Amino acid sequence: MAVTIHDVEHIANLAKLKFSDKEKEKLQVELNKVLDYIDTLNEIPNLDKVEPLENINDTENVFREDVPEKCLAKEEALKNAPDKTENFFKVPKVIDK
Amino acid sequence: MDNGKYEPVIGLEVHAQMKTKSKAFCKCSTEYNAPPNTNVCPVCLGHPGTLPVLNKNLVEFILRLGLATNCTIRDRSIFARKNYFYPDLPKGYQISQYDQPVCYDGYLEIEGSKIGITRIHMEEDSGKSIHDFSTDDSLVDLNRCGVPLIEIVSEPDIKSPKQATEYLSKLKQLVVYLDICDGNMEEGSLRCDVNISVKAKDSKKFGTKCEIKNLNSFKNVTDALEYEIKRQTEVLEKGGGVIHQTMTYDAKSKTTSPMRSKEEAHDYRYFPEPDLVRVFVDQEWKNKIKSELPELPEQKAERFVKQYKIPSYDAEVLTQDRAIADYFENVCKGVGEKSFKAASNWVMTEVMRVLNEEKLEIADFRINGKNLSILINLIAEGKISNNIAKEVYAEMLKITDLSDEKQNPEFIVKEKNLLQLTDSAEIESAIKKIINENPNEVKRYKNGETKLLGFLVGKVMKETSGKANPKTVNDLLKQILLISNLR
Repeated sequence: MAVTIHDVEHIANLAKLKFSDKEKEKLQVELNKVLDYIDTLNEIPNLDKVEPLENINDTENVFREDVPEKCLAKEEALKNAPDKTENFFKVPKVIDK
Repeated sequence: MDNGKYEPVIGLEVHAQMKTKSKAFCKCSTEYNAPPNTNVCPVCLGHPGTLPVLNKNLVEFILRLGLATNCTIRDRSIFARKNYFYPDLPKGYQISQYDQPVCYDGYLEIEGSKIGITRIHMEEDSGKSIHDFSTDDSLVDLNRCGVPLIEIVSEPDIKSPKQATEYLSKLKQLVVYLDICDGNMEEGSLRCDVNISVKAKDSKKFGTKCEIKNLNSFKNVTDALEYEIKRQTEVLEKGGGVIHQTMTYDAKSKTTSPMRSKEEAHDYRYFPEPDLVRVFVDQEWKNKIKSELPELPEQKAERFVKQYKIPSYDAEVLTQDRAIADYFENVCKGVGEKSFKAASNWVMTEVMRVLNEEKLEIADFRINGKNLSILINLIAEGKISNNIAKEVYAEMLKITDLSDEKQNPEFIVKEKNLLQLTDSAEIESAIKKIINENPNEVKRYKNGETKLLGFLVGKVMKETSGKANPKTVNDLLKQILLISNLR
């Protein structure tokens, strides 16, 4: 399925990125190339009988016991934030979800 | 509610916060109400290069609920990333489960109907945004970020707002019994979204549904559903079509309105979470959890009927809340077999009345089970009457220090001199006094107005400050009046 300009805009929007028309065209070509390359997989016979590989790691059940431990100090946690108050991360106003 | 030729189709999505001590994928504490941004670490802050590790108890907890709701348990399941941007989600995705939830195809039985459970899956909570701080900025507290949740999705089997709240309260009761969630809707430990559509009664095809988000009380669920049913019915009656959208509910105006959400909000681009390995639940693990499941409400009620010989109505009321059931059993421990029904009556009426009036949980109730059993024994032994017992109970409620010996009803009875008069000489002298003081009534009684006996008994009871056993007074008074009649 070929990627349309509309798809490029949709994906850009989801990723909160803005592109010029020229960039969009370029991305459309590139994304289509990527998908074409992935399509090579379709050449494998009986592909529908192959289970998807969800994780490259074949182990199962890696757990932690439910024991809380000391966390970061608040000052440490907030240290790298671009904006903050004494206790909180500060972000540009978000109204809806 | 009568909608004429239309009927609602309702499904619930309930998020329950798990009572684990640490977060789903990191070692931070899940403590409620901690100072902002103090229960955070590089993992839940979404710092690059960190890796999540699954909390074993989260799996144990969801298996408990899955088994208790007749779900099939998937032996191998995986996590998925749900991608969206919001400041309270630092990673840019929520770890959730998508096409392979651990539990699926279960049901809950409520009032004789089966409500299907489509799936139950594990996920993590997001942080908390505070919007009323200023007009330009929002503040973010990430303490809640990564706290484990399970989401329980029902089939669209629910037919009315009433049934929706019955299902919700059953689910709440169950998670509390299973000790996996505290069930507190005000604190957000249990959150409910509803899917609601309306269709013509004779149609098999579902109408277009709307989702109402974040209904955080039983009342809101009922009110929001009633409003939305009415709204959608009106749209259809006018020949219009319901628009598929996400709504918010305003408890003040009791109305719903569409959320101002961005166009692509629902394009979450789920994909398998590469940082977590598969969860494998083998038969042995399932069996272990099954064998460790606590006694569930219906089983407990059945046992109460057998063990305490109380009516099934009592048993059902007493087992609604696991803590109240425990309290009742505590009271029963201290009383004789013949007083089990009395214990049930006291808990169902006097204790629950106070809990309702003062909006208390039984855990915060001031009278412990032992003292209530002492009170019941005092009645059973004929030491105090039921009426006096209620007085003593009121006194017990006034005492706030639970360790205080003063709350012991025996102490109160002694101190207030409330012990029932068993000395018939004392009762006799009171009777004689009343007979002397009320010659008219005595005469009328003798002339056949037998109902005046009640009046005279009342006078004697008053004379003895209610401490005489009413039955003894009754019998003695009759005897004495009979003798004086002969004279």
